[in-house]
Amino acid sequence: MTAAGGGSARPVILDQIDASHRRARRRFRAQVVAVWVGLIGALFFALWITGQIDTDWMAEWAPFILGGTSITVLICVASIILASALAVLGALGRLSANPIANGVASLYVSLVRGTPLLVQILFVYLALPQMGITLDALLGGILALGFNYGAYMTEVFRAGIQAVPGGQSEAAQALGMPERLVFRRIVLPQAFRIVIPAVGNDFVAMIKDSALVSLVAVQELLWRAQRAGTSTFHTLQAFLIAAAVYWALTIVFSFFQERIERLMARGDR
Amino acid sequence: MTTSTPSHVGDVIVRATGIEKYFGDNHVLRGIDLEVRQREAVMIIGRSGSGKTTLLRCLNFLEEPTVGSVWVDGVEVHADPLHARDRAHQEQIRQIRLRAGMLFQEFNLFPHMSVLDNCIAAPVRVSGVPRAKAVERAGYYLEVVGLADRRGEYPSRLSGGQKQRVAIARALCMEPKVLLFDEPTSALDPELIGEVLRVMEDLAHSGTTMIVVTHEMHFAQEAADRVVFMEEGRIVEEGPPEQVLDDPQHEATNRFLRRFLDR
Repeated sequence: MTAAGGGSARPVILDQIDASHRRARRRFRAQVVAVWVGLIGALFFALWITGQIDTDWMAEWAPFILGGTSITVLICVASIILASALAVLGALGRLSANPIANGVASLYVSLVRGTPLLVQILFVYLALPQMGITLDALLGGILALGFNYGAYMTEVFRAGIQAVPGGQSEAAQALGMPERLVFRRIVLPQAFRIVIPAVGNDFVAMIKDSALVSLVAVQELLWRAQRAGTSTFHTLQAFLIAAAVYWALTIVFSFFQERIERLMARGDR
Repeated sequence: MTTSTPSHVGDVIVRATGIEKYFGDNHVLRGIDLEVRQREAVMIIGRSGSGKTTLLRCLNFLEEPTVGSVWVDGVEVHADPLHARDRAHQEQIRQIRLRAGMLFQEFNLFPHMSVLDNCIAAPVRVSGVPRAKAVERAGYYLEVVGLADRRGEYPSRLSGGQKQRVAIARALCMEPKVLLFDEPTSALDPELIGEVLRVMEDLAHSGTTMIVVTHEMHFAQEAADRVVFMEEGRIVEEGPPEQVLDDPQHEATNRFLRRFLDR
């Protein structure tokens, strides 16, 4: 414990170094924010000066478009819950020694990942009715998105389960726990922690992919923007509003995701 | 080989018969017979690769032996590698595991559970012990390993030595007939080894039946009733520590000890 001065007191220079680092960091962050504000401000100024921003139109139509936000959020939340449930089942199937479970799960993953999301959405909305299955557009959209993301997340959950160290299930088995209990109480909770960042990323991607269900007349954000924009020849403003909302949603969600991750990391090794 | 049994030991509680284990073509265990009596502390020594850890893992079927049988306190399981995953076989194995607790080199505490929950999870969910009773029992065994005040802590906040002591308490909470230790101090920093060995020694002296795979020769000398020396998948020599460690009868044992103890 011999500091620069030879004594036990912390040399003053260390505090000065810390303070200067902090100042530099703060300055850098302020500059980055300034660049953002400047760029966005310049964009709006350009739109304003060229007469693209019509405040009367805004007052009339913005509430209609923004009203789609709650439907977008509803679609995303419902779909991610469905997708997570499917992903746990899918991962179990993919890891199962039972050929039926394994076959169902691997076919599901292969089929869904091998076809475009847009095809799946249109299939649910336009093709299923031909077989006599007619779903409400909102429900159909949620099912299509949930199924699609469930397949991708199956692989995430599978990797998460496999990432739990083998010693964990060995220790549980050595305590006499039957296989199911080992999985439910020991492996799965640890796998959940491992997959949280990936699931969060999928959720952000889903917020944006949810725009696709506007094609089947679900009155979410993009559908409303399109409707308001095209009927009044104000598409630019309408889409800017929709884009801004998607952006805000992803920022807000990413903020919470970070908090959750930090919270979950606390109990860990 | 006949060995005199110390007076404090009781009836046979573990009996492994004719254990053979292959990993692929690798013949790791070549016919092991081992009997352990109640309150006996048996230490298995030998070079890495001699099969000691595999033997220990075969005793509770974390590795399915290729041939042989294991009997623990009235439950006998025959190796059945062709039907290892069968439900009936797995249930028999589980009965063995309820009677034989295991400690690992890497501790393997459950990181998402507090110390207390680590200790009560199996008693409550496997043995159906009422929660209050399980908590009381956990408190007792955490006291035994000297960690009663850490029950609310998560494993990530404990040192390696503390983790292993919690793991010991967790195993004791199932009140097994025998404890299997697989190199319990090998993953520990040197200054943390002592606290774990001290707990193990106390357990040995208070009559806990244990089978320990270890490289800690001084510990074996102090705490073992019997030392078993293995080489190339066989038990070469066994007997009281003063015999096997101080006056080995076999050249292989001698060579191992000379190299190991630098003498």
